[in-house]
Amino acid sequence: MADALLSVEDLRVSFATEEGVVEAVDGVSFDLAAGEVLAVVGESGSGKSVTAMTLMGLTRSPNARFEGTAQYKGTELIGASEDELRRVRGAEIAMIFQDPMTSLNPVQRIGKQIVEQIQEHEGLPDQQARERTVELLERVGIPRARERVDNYPHEFSGGMRQRVMIALALSCNPSVLIADEPTTALDVTIQAQILQRMRDLREETGAAVILVTHDLGVVADIADRIAVMYAGRIVEEGTLDQIFYDPQHPYTWGLLGSITRVDKPRPARLPAIAGLPPSLANRPQGCHFRPRCPHEFSECSKVPPLEAHVQGNPEHRDRCWLSVDEKLAKREVLPGEIGLASKEHAPA
Amino acid sequence: MGRFIVRRVIQMVLVMFAVSVLTFLIFNVIPNSDPAVRMSGRQASESTIEAIREEWGFNDSLPQQYITTMEKVITGDLKSQFTQLSVGKEIVKGLPRTFSLAIGAALLWMFVAICFGLYSAVKAGKFADRFLTIIALIGISMPVFWIGALANYYLGFKLGWFPNGGYVEFTEDPIDWFYHLILPWTVLAILFIGFYSRVLRSNVLDTINEDYVRTARAKGLGERQIMIRHVLRNSMIPIVTLWGLDFGAVLGGGAILTETVFDLQGVGQYTAEAIGQLDVPPVLAVTMFSAFFIVLLNAVVDILYAYLDPRIRLQ
Amino acid sequence: MSVEATEPRADDGAPGDAAPLVEVEHLKVFFGIKQGILVEREVARVHAVNDVTFSVDEGETLGLVGESGCGKTTLSRAIMRLIDSTEGSLRFRGEDVTKAGRRQMQPLRREMQMVFQDPFASLNPRKRVGQIIGMPLRLHGSDRQGVEPQVRELLDKVGLHPEHVNRYPHEFSGGQRQRIGVARALALEPRLIVLDEPVSALDVSVQAQIINLLDDLQDQFKLTYLFVAHDLSVVRHVSDRIAVMYLGKLMEVSPAEELYTKPIHPYTSALLAAIPIPDPRENRRRERLVVSGEPPNPINPPSGCVFHPRCPRATQVCREEEPPLVRYPNGHLAACHHPLNVSDAEIRDAARDPSSPVSAGDSLPGTTADAA
Ligand SMILES: Nc1ncnc2c1ncn2[C@@H]1O[C@H](COP(=O)(O)OP(=O)(O)OP(=O)(O)O)[C@@H](O)[C@H]1O
Ligand SMILES: Nc1ncnc2c1ncn2[C@@H]1O[C@H](COP(=O)(O)OP(=O)(O)OP(=O)(O)O)[C@@H](O)[C@H]1O
Ligand code: SF4
Ligand SMILES: [Mg+2]
Ligand SMILES: [Mg+2]
Repeated sequence: MADALLSVEDLRVSFATEEGVVEAVDGVSFDLAAGEVLAVVGESGSGKSVTAMTLMGLTRSPNARFEGTAQYKGTELIGASEDELRRVRGAEIAMIFQDPMTSLNPVQRIGKQIVEQIQEHEGLPDQQARERTVELLERVGIPRARERVDNYPHEFSGGMRQRVMIALALSCNPSVLIADEPTTALDVTIQAQILQRMRDLREETGAAVILVTHDLGVVADIADRIAVMYAGRIVEEGTLDQIFYDPQHPYTWGLLGSITRVDKPRPARLPAIAGLPPSLANRPQGCHFRPRCPHEFSECSKVPPLEAHVQGNPEHRDRCWLSVDEKLAKREVLPGEIGLASKEHAPA
Repeated sequence: MGRFIVRRVIQMVLVMFAVSVLTFLIFNVIPNSDPAVRMSGRQASESTIEAIREEWGFNDSLPQQYITTMEKVITGDLKSQFTQLSVGKEIVKGLPRTFSLAIGAALLWMFVAICFGLYSAVKAGKFADRFLTIIALIGISMPVFWIGALANYYLGFKLGWFPNGGYVEFTEDPIDWFYHLILPWTVLAILFIGFYSRVLRSNVLDTINEDYVRTARAKGLGERQIMIRHVLRNSMIPIVTLWGLDFGAVLGGGAILTETVFDLQGVGQYTAEAIGQLDVPPVLAVTMFSAFFIVLLNAVVDILYAYLDPRIRLQ
Repeated sequence: MSVEATEPRADDGAPGDAAPLVEVEHLKVFFGIKQGILVEREVARVHAVNDVTFSVDEGETLGLVGESGCGKTTLSRAIMRLIDSTEGSLRFRGEDVTKAGRRQMQPLRREMQMVFQDPFASLNPRKRVGQIIGMPLRLHGSDRQGVEPQVRELLDKVGLHPEHVNRYPHEFSGGQRQRIGVARALALEPRLIVLDEPVSALDVSVQAQIINLLDDLQDQFKLTYLFVAHDLSVVRHVSDRIAVMYLGKLMEVSPAEELYTKPIHPYTSALLAAIPIPDPRENRRRERLVVSGEPPNPINPPSGCVFHPRCPRATQVCREEEPPLVRYPNGHLAACHHPLNVSDAEIRDAARDPSSPVSAGDSLPGTTADAA
């Protein structure tokens, strides 16, 4: 995509550990256009956070190795110097982390923590930076913001702290916001409020968002496009509706099939994808999903490329060797219902 | 914060009272023998014992005895059974010496330990870290009297670089004062430096992995700012407690070995001598005296703690 | 549901009906907040559990749902007798254990076990899995040789490899660790297992596996569960009945399925509405009803209905009078002056339930002048 704001090409991150080399991110490529929300979904350990952190140069392990490129407005982020990264962090690309209880410094006033970032990037005088902070806190919905700027994080509830994190992330008008599970630690009613706020802010600021989550409900609520990750790779990528209504990869079927909905009658048994994700240091040859996939066949011992298969939808890509017709036939476990057949009863 | 301080000070007074009662019981009541006999030392005549019984009111009721004893301790109106010197005067004489030793050593070990600990943590796993680790372990495992004696002998006596023990009043000659204290400070600090730098190193390493440090980095702050504003303050919190307690202990005469090796004639050395001679009145006074400093520093630490960590102030 | 009679109670009504396994009556757990310059005095109290009454039958699963800080953990711990209750009574199999000391609890400890929320923090990292699971067995008198085969069997039951007895917790994934927690709870063949958010820390797909496992174990061993969770999508699949808690009080107690199709309390309805629906088309259609605000401070709960500051249906009466738990058809209870999804006829037939908090008023919905 020529107009991509952020363009990631074949990103690889591996860690040398005692158990061997862990390929946490194994050839991830995607583009992010200005103003869009890209959701990255996948199981725990599939490399979502490492991908997100690496873009900001925050994967700080002496055992880590990085390959590939990530271009932000023409600047290379992978392997950039600490000074270059500092100019990007917070100002161009900002991040919201999962746990609002631990992401703020407990011994520093919240106002100060935001002012610090504004001054780092824009060098505003104290008074102006403070004014901006109050405004930001009001914008994210903190009542009586002017009185509360001087509070410490422990004087705020989890939902309020996450609002502070959002205010912090927005404080220098970044073009990209990376939110790593921003609502996972919050109660459902508070989650709904935060998502609402994020939707509003997105309209107002036009920032592009990379939303890392494992909650498909949240995704359906806010995303424009989805990248599904499994064991370090993107296995499918497409628009919201393509992924939900025309999923191409068996793992995505399993994911969609295991969704339970409170607005529908309850199934007798919760559908679950049998088995566990592969151990990191010892991933299967070829398609990573093969050991859990009921539809695997000889071809699957080769790595499937991330390619467009559906006619006329070049932006809908997936990594599976099955033909489009086979996929259509195999993903319906019940008439009209997408899911993953159980491994034993898999059609040959 | 003000309320917190007032509360803490009142608590301190209460604890002091409890400690004094306990000390009184341990010295005068619990041992199952006549306190007057114990107090008058070996081979005392009947009349001396009687005089002491009279002086300390050992025939009175326990509360009355307590009051008499504490009056003596607080006013310093106690005499050594051996030298007949006033205990109060001796302690007052030793106090500036002990204080000089404590303050210098405490500042030294805190400062050096912060530098070592921080550096070690930043270079974790690298050569510098391993080197400092070994140095720290050596420092921790060397007995104070041993390095004290060595330093005194070689640096002081053999080479003559430093005075061979002794103490000069600050008011008399500040430079000589400093000169005399360099060795004792260093020797006393070595043990603590080893220990503190290890604790700080591990605190810093824990803190570095905290989520809020990652947030600080994601804000685009530089490594120095991150270290000083976000890592160090949080890592220092546990150290401050340790420091206060150790400082209090040294002030209260806890650095017995150092004081004795360098012949500083401070409170610690005085204590050692009194204990060696089973001289009850000075031991009683010194016990109360050290308890006072430990309790005092404890309160100071709590207040400092509350300043460093706003979460504490709530409770 | 298999019901085993232990000690029939006279006042229980229906003949052949056994006493429930757990009975909680008007239970209150307050935490004092102490302050003071000289002598610490209690300046405020956290109303963590504030007059809660319910019972759990043998073999039944009661789901307990509520947002963070509403008192779920406190209630579970009080039932396990890990903390003392302030007021009210607690019976286990008819036996009053409200004030039971260690001696009285000792034999009962075998029968009630707890699985904790955090699979990472609740297992001792320095102990091998075999030791962790074997510990309760050893404490209750099995010898060293006897324990090992039992542990292997337990591992097998919860779907782990028996060969893994000598591994340490960090060598397992979150889901596997939670299985270890379940195995430890099962070791003494308990009757009741209190599960405090057993799957909240896990991936959705792993959640499903654990819930299915709990389901199977329940069938196999006739277990009784108190299943605590913070959102309604999780408890649905395990529960026979669901209790919704808010700020230390029960808002609604309902047969499981009915809660989803016919929530009576506005808070339950808000909880359901807040769960994002994983279906983009449905989502675009759906009208979003986001309740504002956050749960108030349990030190100073609101007057009247504790939900009124956030409730879209609240009126004057809600601010003034605490609604009683009202019994609707099917044993569906709800404490609200302006109930949803109930017909006028159902309201007319409704009655104040004896499990209502003592402080609740007597007026039933529809009897007060101001309508929603
Ligand atoms: N510093 C590191 N050293 C070794 N392995 C690492 C390191 N950081 C991450 N990993 C491994 O990389 C894998 C990918 O981790 P990542 O945090 O990206 O997963 P995730 O998809 O974000 O999962 P979650 O949903 O649990 O947050 C994990 O299995 C993790 O153990
Ligand atoms: N030991 C305690 N002292 C004082 N207050 C306490 C104590 N334990 C819990 N609380 C308070 O009691 C209330 C209920 O806490 P509890 O842990 O039971 O909530 P919960 O529903 O389990 O929440 P979560 O979903 O966060 O686990 C909270 O407001 C909590 O702050
Ligand atoms: S009683 Fe009133 S405030 Fe409470 S839930 Fe019902 S309508 Fe809302
Ligand atoms: Mg993650
Ligand atoms: Mg809890």
